[in-house]
Amino acid sequence: MSPTQAVFRREFGSYFATPLAVVFIVIFLMLCGAFTFYLGDFYEAGQADLQIFFRFHPWLYLLLVPAVAMRLWADERKTGTLELLLTQPVTLWQAVLGKFLAAWAFVGVALALTFPMWITVNWLGDPDNGVILASYLGSWLMAGALLAVGSCLSASTRSQVVAFILTVVACLLLLLAGFPLALDPVRAYLPQAAVDAVSGLSFLTHFQAITRGVLDLRDVMYFLLSIGAWLLATVLVIDLKKAD
Amino acid sequence: MIEASALRKRYGRLTAVDGISFKVEPGEVLGLLGPNGAGKSTTMKMIAGFLTPSEGTARVYGHDVQDDSLAARRVLGYMPEGAPGYGEMTTRGFLGFIANMRGLSGDQRRQRLDFVIGRLSLQPVVEQAIDTLSKGFKRRVGLAAAILHNPSALILDEPTDGLDPNQKHEVRGLINELAEQRTLLLSTHMLEEVEAVCTRAIIIAGGRILADTTPAELLTRSRYHNAVSLHAADSIAARAALDGMPGVSGFENDAREGRLYVFPQGKGKLAEPVAERLRQRQVAYSDLRIEHGRLDEVFRRITTEAQA
Repeated sequence: MSPTQAVFRREFGSYFATPLAVVFIVIFLMLCGAFTFYLGDFYEAGQADLQIFFRFHPWLYLLLVPAVAMRLWADERKTGTLELLLTQPVTLWQAVLGKFLAAWAFVGVALALTFPMWITVNWLGDPDNGVILASYLGSWLMAGALLAVGSCLSASTRSQVVAFILTVVACLLLLLAGFPLALDPVRAYLPQAAVDAVSGLSFLTHFQAITRGVLDLRDVMYFLLSIGAWLLATVLVIDLKKAD
Repeated sequence: MIEASALRKRYGRLTAVDGISFKVEPGEVLGLLGPNGAGKSTTMKMIAGFLTPSEGTARVYGHDVQDDSLAARRVLGYMPEGAPGYGEMTTRGFLGFIANMRGLSGDQRRQRLDFVIGRLSLQPVVEQAIDTLSKGFKRRVGLAAAILHNPSALILDEPTDGLDPNQKHEVRGLINELAEQRTLLLSTHMLEEVEAVCTRAIIIAGGRILADTTPAELLTRSRYHNAVSLHAADSIAARAALDGMPGVSGFENDAREGRLYVFPQGKGKLAEPVAERLRQRQVAYSDLRIEHGRLDEVFRRITTEAQA
């Protein structure tokens, strides 16, 4: 077994060794349902698709993904297991990747458990399952990008609460980067090209593009590159702050 | 073999480790001794590959900890201070994880797990979460994790700190056993531990090596080394009898113990002449013995002289 696999298995198992897994999954599923049916007026919309369901995912992730990510490194630092982990024959990259993939897989499990929604729309009507599949993939990719942000911020502190709050704020900014709320202050100082660059960073823009059913390689690449960049940042942060 | 050459670690303006060099051969147990904050842990963390040295380097069985870090870590077992473990995991789960990290598989994996669980008497707690273990068991799990891959070199950071006397005894017995065929480096601030397990001791303070020698040689540096102590009902008479005797450099009366210490001049032997003199002068005494020396006194002198 490679060290990455070993780290992955331990981390993934640890979610289920604590109440975190159950609490997270139950709340995620309840909120998914509540948002879709009550806030989204799923029935009144009269459409057999999952557009409404996916529309709320970024906002659910905004709260729930930081809760999964916050313990990734902050806890290791606090309990001293960071030292144990990094004195095993494992590279920093392998450790970072193993832990990230475990968290991503865990969110993937939670997402997969929303399958009754998919069954429901298929039973009620005749939805475009290609679009739904693309949307699921987009949702999972976005969750991965948010988790990678959380991984990096979790590595920067020994406090899970600080990690949580920093991640929520960072994720909010990244989600909203394409919206006037985030863009207007920037527009006053920067040239149009820079404003476009900032708006291009928005997770939301790329996610919405995917949920419309257009699985553009650029959107997929955007999320994968985001994940890679934030994981690289995680490696750098851990390396710089080992002694703390 | 563990070799540190001119290891140095700076944190901003603070120099935690200031040019430490030593070499530990197989079969040796080297104790790093020093007050809190002396740089013991930082030195060990650099050799274990956790911290990057600011200058200098270390080698574990020829593998440089910076250029060939993974190979160095493979031959090394390391127990960090306090023996940290993943609290939510069971003992078995945790050791299994370490086995996976160490690339053990199949029969070998099973054998090594069985061996360390048996050797450290972990059977009663294999299914228990690490968070719920007593300090003694937690330390044993940490030791088990460090020796699981049967490493040639072992670094233990304060292996007996915070344990009760029975647990200390047990862990020291294990260290003595592990020391055969292996290179062992441990840190401690307990002096009796040095006498109990180490073949060599290095005293560190302020990030520098102040002494590098055997525990026996350290004892000879004590002013109590070769002194004679005795119990005399009338200590004033005893002192008067011995006063001015050739070869005696001074006295000390320990009121709490009720013992009189007689210090020799140079390396002279005093036991026989002192006994003879007291008999001649008809001073009653009992329990006369030769002192070996006191490590705590040597330690205090060496480390405080360095600060002055």
